[in-house]
Amino acid sequence: MTYKQRIDGRGFDETRPIEAKVGVIQRADGSAMFKIGNTWAYAAVYGPRNLHPKFLQDPQKGILRCNYNMMPFSSSGERVRPGGSRRSKEISFVTEKALLPVLNLDEYPNSVVDVFIELPQTEAGSRCAGICAASMALADAGLEMKDLVCAVSVGKVADKLLVDLDYSEESYPDGHVADIPIAVMPNSEKITLLQMDGEVKKEELMKLLEMGKKACMDIYEIQKKALKEKYHEVDV
Amino acid sequence: MSNIMVKDKEISVPGETLAVGMDVLPGIGAYREGEKIIAKRLGLASIEGRTIKLIPLSGRYTPKTYDTIICKVIDVGFNGWRLDTNSAYSAMMSMKDATSEFIARGANLTQYYDLGDHIVCKIVNVTSQKLIDVTMKGPGLRKLKGGRIIEVDPNKVPRIIGKQGSMVTMIKDAAKCNIVVGQNGLIWIEGEPLNELLAIQSIRKIEKESHLSGLTEKIKEYLEKNGKAKE
Amino acid sequence: MYRELRIHIISLLNAGLRLDGRKLTEYRNPIEVKHGMIKTAEGSARVKIGETEVLVGIKMEVGEPYPDTPDEGTIIVGAELLPLSNPDFELGPPGIQAVELARVVDRGIRESKAIDFKKLCIKPGEKVWQLLIDMCPLNDAGNLLDASSLAALEALKDAKFPSFDGENVDYKQKTDKALPLEKLPIAVTVIKIGDKFIVDPDTEEEKAVDARLTVSSIENGTLCALQKGGDFPLTLSDIDKMIDIGIEKGKELRKYL
Repeated sequence: MTYKQRIDGRGFDETRPIEAKVGVIQRADGSAMFKIGNTWAYAAVYGPRNLHPKFLQDPQKGILRCNYNMMPFSSSGERVRPGGSRRSKEISFVTEKALLPVLNLDEYPNSVVDVFIELPQTEAGSRCAGICAASMALADAGLEMKDLVCAVSVGKVADKLLVDLDYSEESYPDGHVADIPIAVMPNSEKITLLQMDGEVKKEELMKLLEMGKKACMDIYEIQKKALKEKYHEVDV
Repeated sequence: MSNIMVKDKEISVPGETLAVGMDVLPGIGAYREGEKIIAKRLGLASIEGRTIKLIPLSGRYTPKTYDTIICKVIDVGFNGWRLDTNSAYSAMMSMKDATSEFIARGANLTQYYDLGDHIVCKIVNVTSQKLIDVTMKGPGLRKLKGGRIIEVDPNKVPRIIGKQGSMVTMIKDAAKCNIVVGQNGLIWIEGEPLNELLAIQSIRKIEKESHLSGLTEKIKEYLEKNGKAKE
Repeated sequence: MYRELRIHIISLLNAGLRLDGRKLTEYRNPIEVKHGMIKTAEGSARVKIGETEVLVGIKMEVGEPYPDTPDEGTIIVGAELLPLSNPDFELGPPGIQAVELARVVDRGIRESKAIDFKKLCIKPGEKVWQLLIDMCPLNDAGNLLDASSLAALEALKDAKFPSFDGENVDYKQKTDKALPLEKLPIAVTVIKIGDKFIVDPDTEEEKAVDARLTVSSIENGTLCALQKGGDFPLTLSDIDKMIDIGIEKGKELRKYL
């Protein structure tokens, strides 16, 4: 069984078209929007700020709290019941783990940095889009970071290794599909998110990780541009 | 020989390499890792001699000793007040630091400063756990009555104040308002309604254009143009 | 807690001005109303009033009618005050503010008979269309209610039925058929501070509200829903004036649809 050409005509190592913008939610301390294909994520950062209840506080450093949520109308099928699900809880958790390594919260004992990710529209790759948006929003909020974080999904459909699977590829009827979301710190190429479901051989996985890292470097350029553009918007 | 990778006044993102080489020094907002000088946060690269620092463009206020800030009273206790400093941490002000008047023990402290009051105070101490002590004993430190309070990005405060207060003085004179600028991003303005608006709009303009050059001239022009319109 | 702010706002209002220089019954500008940006929704809209921004999406499902109205479709309006949009919003199930927002917008649409529910019937007693309207703020800079209600209307105008073959809905195939939208109810929240009335409060003004009246009206000025809020009472004369303002501003906002 072969997957000769991608359904939307992209190259095997090409991501869907990406749009990124920083500073889109004025009430937040930092915010960003990241759109990849038809998957669209907003992230807002509030913090460092007061943390209640007290038992959650860490006297040595601030804590990071992430919440990933899909808006009820964001799925291509039926309405998504608000209030989160086990899936969204898990995604919130791995998102936090993907972002924490770049943050230095030593200067904010007993406080919290809250990251809220909301998706008005999803079509595969939503947790990666959320992480890309969140990383820009954290930088926008002026927090101390070692690096940004870029995320993309890689995977296998039939016999082809691909970057940025869309919905039709994730649910390819053949059955031999592997979906692997990863997150990368672009300046050190270290990996902060790695999940997989499907079937894949180790050599294929290692090749996919290389492809994913490369795609993330392109995403990094887009994130940098979006951050710098926010401050050039003023027309004098 | 060192290689500086960014231009002066270029916006840098966290993790970006600002310079490579051993004879460049990292200033505030940057750090050295091996041969490289790296940005710690989002900021404006500023090259001064052999030092590269990053001027922060965003971020909430971090309380510092000796800062003069505007706080809001959020709790009144037996011996003092708890204050909102517009940061992640609240401040405590004890009776003895509140005023040069004598306050008897057991007095009702709300007579002096009540819930919701805004005061100008000075930070005397910040511990490693970010416990903050403030005092109101000092010139210019007082309760603010009347007028209105706006919130600006605390990173823009230096620009709003200007060199030796030149910018804020220019606004005070042109808009005929009393203005107190807190290092924590809260600003108090008092004057005739339309004049207050002029002062606020000028401050908002400085906030938006703080990283561009020629700002003083632009604000001067803005004040002249809009000041006339209101007469 | 906001005593000084309220005193200042009132002295400005007495001079005919708001905190940001607006006139008393002036909405912020620009007001932006766009539709159709969310492809996964059957209808969608985005409204920006000043810096307040709200997204509304409509999903349509097929289900059973209520037993007492077997030949009518149904509508459920939901609102979630996302913590993304306001530092004071917390995670968790909808609080009373979200519930009130949803129910007030719902009543405006339902009581005005904006939609002929009979036209949403597929097979009486068995299958009807259910409209699920969800309102999500992106940035709360004050006056979520008016922005959400306007966005809900624009989303209703934008909505198209998905294909239905009698058994299953095919969300991937949208038809050209629009909703049977017959009226355009617009909600306008009128605020009383001191003895003055304003519309479109921003974040600061919302802290100083004495009382508010949300007025939903349709094109010919007929009222279809009212909601009084706030801790202080209103006189009959207040209500008279606030309704007039609500209807007049409703006409202005309707032009943006």
